Amino acid sequence: MTLQQDVDVLRKVPIFAKIEPAKLKLLAFTSEHLEFMPGDALCRQGEPGDAAYIVLEGEADVLVQTERGPMKVAHLGRHDIVGEIAILCDVPRTATVVATTRLVALRVSKDGFFNLVTQFPQVAIEVMHELASRLLQTTTRLTEVSARLRELEAAEH
Amino acid sequence: METSIFGFIARYSWRQQLLILVLSVLLLPLNYLSYELPKQIVNRALGTDSAPHYLGYTMSRLDLLWVLCGLFLAVVLISGLLKYIVNVYAGVVAERMLRRLRYQLFSHMLRFPLTHYRRVSQGELVQMINAETEAFGGFVGEAVSTPGLQAGTLLTSLVFMFVQDWTLGLAAVALYPLQIWLIPKLQRQVNLLGKERVRQVRRNAEKISEVAAGARDIRANGATAYERARFSEQLGAVFWIRFDIYKKKFLIKFLNNFIAQLGPFFFYAIGGYFVLRGEMTIGALTAVVAAQKDITAPWRELLTYYQNLYDVKIKYEQVVTQFMPPGLKDERLQTEEPEVIPSLTGELRASGVTLHDETGEILLENVSFVCQLPSHIALLGPAGSGKEEVTLLLAGLVEPTAGRITVGGMELHTLPEAVLGRRIGYVGNPTTIFSGTIEDNLLYGLKYRPQRPRAGAEDALERWERERREAEASGNSLHDPLADWVDYAAAGIAGPEERIGNLVRILELVRLDGDVYGLGLRSAIPPGAHEELKRGLLEARRAMQQRLAGSEQLSRLVELFDPERYNSNASLAENLLFGSPVGQVFDPDDIADQRYVRETLERTGLLDDLLQVGVRLAQTMIELFADLPPDHEYFRQFSFIAPEDLPTYRALLTRVDGSRLDRLSREDQRLLLAPTFRLIPARHRLGLFTPELMAKVLEARRYFREHLPPQHAASIAFFDPERYNEAITIQENVIFGKIAYGQAQAPQKIARLITEIVDQLGLRGGIMTVGLGSPCGIGGGRLSLPQRQKLGLARALLKRPDILILHDPLGPLDLNEQAEIRGRVLAECAGRTVIWALQHPEWAEAFEQVIELEGGRVVRFGPSGGKPAPAAKLVAAS
Repeated sequence: MTLQQDVDVLRKVPIFAKIEPAKLKLLAFTSEHLEFMPGDALCRQGEPGDAAYIVLEGEADVLVQTERGPMKVAHLGRHDIVGEIAILCDVPRTATVVATTRLVALRVSKDGFFNLVTQFPQVAIEVMHELASRLLQTTTRLTEVSARLRELEAAEH
Repeated sequence: METSIFGFIARYSWRQQLLILVLSVLLLPLNYLSYELPKQIVNRALGTDSAPHYLGYTMSRLDLLWVLCGLFLAVVLISGLLKYIVNVYAGVVAERMLRRLRYQLFSHMLRFPLTHYRRVSQGELVQMINAETEAFGGFVGEAVSTPGLQAGTLLTSLVFMFVQDWTLGLAAVALYPLQIWLIPKLQRQVNLLGKERVRQVRRNAEKISEVAAGARDIRANGATAYERARFSEQLGAVFWIRFDIYKKKFLIKFLNNFIAQLGPFFFYAIGGYFVLRGEMTIGALTAVVAAQKDITAPWRELLTYYQNLYDVKIKYEQVVTQFMPPGLKDERLQTEEPEVIPSLTGELRASGVTLHDETGEILLENVSFVCQLPSHIALLGPAGSGKEEVTLLLAGLVEPTAGRITVGGMELHTLPEAVLGRRIGYVGNPTTIFSGTIEDNLLYGLKYRPQRPRAGAEDALERWERERREAEASGNSLHDPLADWVDYAAAGIAGPEERIGNLVRILELVRLDGDVYGLGLRSAIPPGAHEELKRGLLEARRAMQQRLAGSEQLSRLVELFDPERYNSNASLAENLLFGSPVGQVFDPDDIADQRYVRETLERTGLLDDLLQVGVRLAQTMIELFADLPPDHEYFRQFSFIAPEDLPTYRALLTRVDGSRLDRLSREDQRLLLAPTFRLIPARHRLGLFTPELMAKVLEARRYFREHLPPQHAASIAFFDPERYNEAITIQENVIFGKIAYGQAQAPQKIARLITEIVDQLGLRGGIMTVGLGSPCGIGGGRLSLPQRQKLGLARALLKRPDILILHDPLGPLDLNEQAEIRGRVLAECAGRTVIWALQHPEWAEAFEQVIELEGGRVVRFGPSGGKPAPAAKLVAAS
């Protein structure tokens, strides 16, 4: 795949949609283009995070290690971004991401990502947008879970 | 060591000095003849004498001319040859004495008490042994011959003068007392300055070595300007001293010359007065003046010699006294080789051991304990408690200020090194790794004395014999450094052939085997070495290719080197050369300007296409990077063009517009080609290489190989699927291709695959052997700190010492690994003594006994985990 094709794909990713093509080309040039086979891990829970991935093609599962083994918490598809949390707050990876199909991703290194966010406020806003909607999702589910827990506790008494 | 320079010269070279003197004396009549004969030729053969007599013979003038000319030629030849012999011989004597002096200094350095190394800097030692002794070497050759010869000449002339007319003689030497009185007075001041200069230059050496060693922290602190200023000040100090020296030295010279000329002044003034008064003949006056001239030259030589002598004397004395610090280890302890090497077992007894440092500070006070060896003993205590000092004392490396440490009744620091080195292993933190290979470093602890003569043909031993004789003449070491020094038996190894297995076992024990294997994989095997392994690696290459071909997923990870295909994961340079450059000729960075490469491009019509690519590449780079600030990280990481070159390329592109590329200047073409040669299609994804262009490159690749000029044949190792390539690493030989870009975790997956194949084919041992042969760098610089510590520990374990003393050698490792290796070391040393200074008290559980120190005193001693015996009671017991 050539740089130009990468740029075309990137323009369809929401958080990059509003960036001028020349800048996207630089992003594509400085990012690694990576191909994963089904079962390959993009990142593993607990490892230090050094890059974010933008899925260009294919799908992946987000798994979290629990006492009863790995639990799937999300599914990723085309144009999704993953791995940016570990970069943003310098914590180990919070989940394992495993490709379920052949997957092509753009690997944006930590430095590259910060460069992007600082150079283009638009990207920062989009990342915030993405994080906020994930927070909303998490909060909603937390509310559901605690409600269900209370029900169960009430039933036991 | 002789403290006086004359003592040294007399003791080691008086015979040679005499011989030089005799030879020099022999030269005198020859010299005289070579001046005299031409006069004879003019006076006798060509003169007006009608019937020339010569030495009682009568002959014709022509015959006499031939005889005299023949004699002259013979004299010139003989005296020239004799001079040559004297010079070479004096040179040899001087160099031997210099070698002896340096060797003795080095030998003394090895005997310094360990604490002394804290007081002298490395730079000073280097300066003293290398530079300051040099003047001594120059002096030795003439130490006796010059004064002998010149004084002889002077005396002869004087005697001659006194015999002829004693008043004349008296007049000639009249001013000597003045000179003899005055010159040493002035010289003494110069000498003091000379001493000061030596000290200052040493300080400079110290500064330079400090800066070199601390370069990282100097830059990290931004202190380069400060260091420049400080060094500049030191150089200034040397300047001012030298300035004073010059003023005084040349004043002496001036006075010398002046006094020397005073003689003629008086002769002319007073003598002239008497001549005019008619009380003296003019003939007598000219005779006096001529005689004066004869004695001036040797007198001046003697004075110069005197100055030179004092200069060298100061240097010698200043150096030698520096190498005789108090507490110098007895030489016999280092050189003697006892018949029986006793084992260090039985009772370890420390009684009233006290240790002071050089300032009198108390490091250990009245340390006493008794225990039975073998045992595993943990030393505990905070930093500065005296733990390290106890380990050094127990290793016999430091002598206690008071008290005794005995093992089996033998006082430790009085045992010869031959015993301590074999029976005690010591690893500190940090430990020293020597330049040389990993194997050299592992075996370093087994090299006590040469075990077997050097290998090689007859002439190898003859060469050594010659070396040995010369070493003997200079009082140097008579051990052959190239002999096999390794005492395999001491390590329980049957012989050199079995060593690898043992070394690998020890490396596994300290968990260094993986690192060494990795080093082996990343090493190239030089031609002629490990031929069997190379055959095995070719088999591994075939197995690798089968594995890759057998799986669609694996085959994506590597793009093999195929002579008939363009490798899109390799750079254009690599694709064109299709081999690995050896040396500088085809250095990838300068390849765009290499003559034969240019020729290849021109002949195959590739030049124009590549220039086109170059133009588009430059355009893309300018488009991508133009807006970035010049110091942006991306330039270093990603750009083909440095930020400072961007304007050059921009200007170049405007020139290119509309003009034919082949008309560009050679320099412009180089600018376009250089980045193009670094293009890797799969990595850079710029889409600049079309299939047609790649086909052309393949054609150029063939041309390049077929027409390669013979003088470049050794400058490149072509990739040949059927042959092992000695210019690339083992790993690259097995992969024989490029790991593909854009495949997740390809390097890791390929590494696993290589390991699998290597193990299947049983090549691991061979690769470990190559890894053992990889260099450690100066001070082990090519290894990481944990690797160095592990290597030091492995070295000590390999020699199976009776007592292994460890001062926190695993400190730089992570805690889990420390615990694991500690367990393994204790298991390995079951039945032998281990004394280990530990960081944490809880680690002591695995040990049998514990000694805890605080503030230089024993505060706890007893079985580990058991009830500690109170320290007071112990002292009473001992």
